[in-house]
Amino acid sequence: MTRDRGPSKFSPEVGIDLAGARKRVGTALNAGLAGVLLSILVVCVLVLAVAILHGTDATVLAKLAKWTPFLAQGFLLNVVMSLIAISAGTLGGIFLGMGQIAPFGWISWPSKVLTQIFRNAPWLVLLFYCIFLLPYQVRIAGQTFVVANWLRASIGLTIPVIANFSEIVRGAMQSIPSGQWEAARSLGYTWRQSVHQVILPQCIKRMLPPWMNLYAVLLMATPLASIVGTQEALTNLRTALQAEADGRLLLPFYAYLLSWFFIYSYPIARFSMRLEKRFAIH
Amino acid sequence: MSDPFIKLHDVYKSFHDTPVLRGVSVDIAKGEVICIIGPSGSGKSTILRCINALTPVDQGFIQVGSIQVTSKNLDMVALCHCVGMVFQQYNLFPHRTVLQNVSMAPIQVLKQNKAEVTERARALLDKVKLGHRANAYPGELSGGQQQRVAIARALCMQPQAILFDEVTAALDPEMVGEVLTVIKQIANEGMTCVVVTHEMGFAREVADRIYFTDGGLIVESGPPDEFFANPADERTRSFLSKVL
Repeated sequence: MTRDRGPSKFSPEVGIDLAGARKRVGTALNAGLAGVLLSILVVCVLVLAVAILHGTDATVLAKLAKWTPFLAQGFLLNVVMSLIAISAGTLGGIFLGMGQIAPFGWISWPSKVLTQIFRNAPWLVLLFYCIFLLPYQVRIAGQTFVVANWLRASIGLTIPVIANFSEIVRGAMQSIPSGQWEAARSLGYTWRQSVHQVILPQCIKRMLPPWMNLYAVLLMATPLASIVGTQEALTNLRTALQAEADGRLLLPFYAYLLSWFFIYSYPIARFSMRLEKRFAIH
Repeated sequence: MSDPFIKLHDVYKSFHDTPVLRGVSVDIAKGEVICIIGPSGSGKSTILRCINALTPVDQGFIQVGSIQVTSKNLDMVALCHCVGMVFQQYNLFPHRTVLQNVSMAPIQVLKQNKAEVTERARALLDKVKLGHRANAYPGELSGGQQQRVAIARALCMQPQAILFDEVTAALDPEMVGEVLTVIKQIANEGMTCVVVTHEMGFAREVADRIYFTDGGLIVESGPPDEFFANPADERTRSFLSKVL
């Protein structure tokens, strides 16, 4: 197979080989599926072990089952918040990252400063800022809309994602050899055209693994929103524990919630590791 | 000489505090083939890069056809339409096929008709004997093949002059010939060529005039026979004795 020829500067990996890419993504997807099964297995064992440690109390399992819909409702919000933050964050990060290396000082300096400020700030602090600074309601065309807590939290999570993705974009773009820029320039491409036609398309594969990594980190950060009162999984879990008022439930419940995060994100991690290997250029 | 097509007048360029060009003046007529030779670091490549505005000059005047390269409101598209460049490291776009590499700039930059450009690109690939690799990716080609694609890419912009920047320096010896053959063919068809090269035999064969640079200056120039037989300057003699 030609793509096993080993690394070279312009290896065929860089080309857009649709059939090959589909196959590679397919294999990676299989790895993801295997990851799901494996993680479910791990979780079953974990939950059972905790249950057994707590004296094989059948009521624990019954309680877990009873609260599952309520917890799931909360977890869904974690997923939704993470999806909003990664979408908006990716879009913002692409522009901020391009801005960082723009040849115009009035774009690059603000982009660099913004990136550094928000990348080096604790996520929780940014979250607090957004929760308290963003308006609780907005008036659009005479209509008043309440900005839900979880939506403001999503925006709060978007900011560090923008900053982190901005750095991923900048790194990827700067890793493209300068000869590519010069060749584009010598063919009459403007800076923007060079970025769109020549540089960014070569960056996508390099950015994919760190992007998925960023998503995993983001998902793990969503329970921070519980501190500002969002009805997400952790908040709901504590509500459930308070309602039950039974100390023996503490460990099984937390283990149960951990397992959900694990089941959701472990396959993504596996998938990205696979992609990383498949698309490795150097 | 009639009105020069490419004209450099008293060009100065420094990188940080290192002077690279220290008053270079060159006149190149339409259809002329110029070879620039000289020790490394003598400013050969910088001369080329100043001609197509990849490197801004500190001082001096450059004109290509009717385009003032050193003017503040330079039309880069017009300049790139007029002067093409081929690089030592080929610099093909690895995410595009060979055919796309050749045809994308005329379509996207010059806004020419896609079908016409594609047809022209195929003809040019045939000309550099790579018509059968049109749908391959650059990474699947040898160095010599990639460099021939890069030449086709430059030609597809329909330039009036092409700058060759040490285009065989990165190639394995057995691939040098195939690239030089293509350049010879282009030169013989009347294209204005400015070639920076270390291939003395090639320079002697195709050049109308040879320029020798050293220390950011053009030390001497002349027709190849004269230049190689009776170099006037001591620096030229010393260089030629090392490379010939």
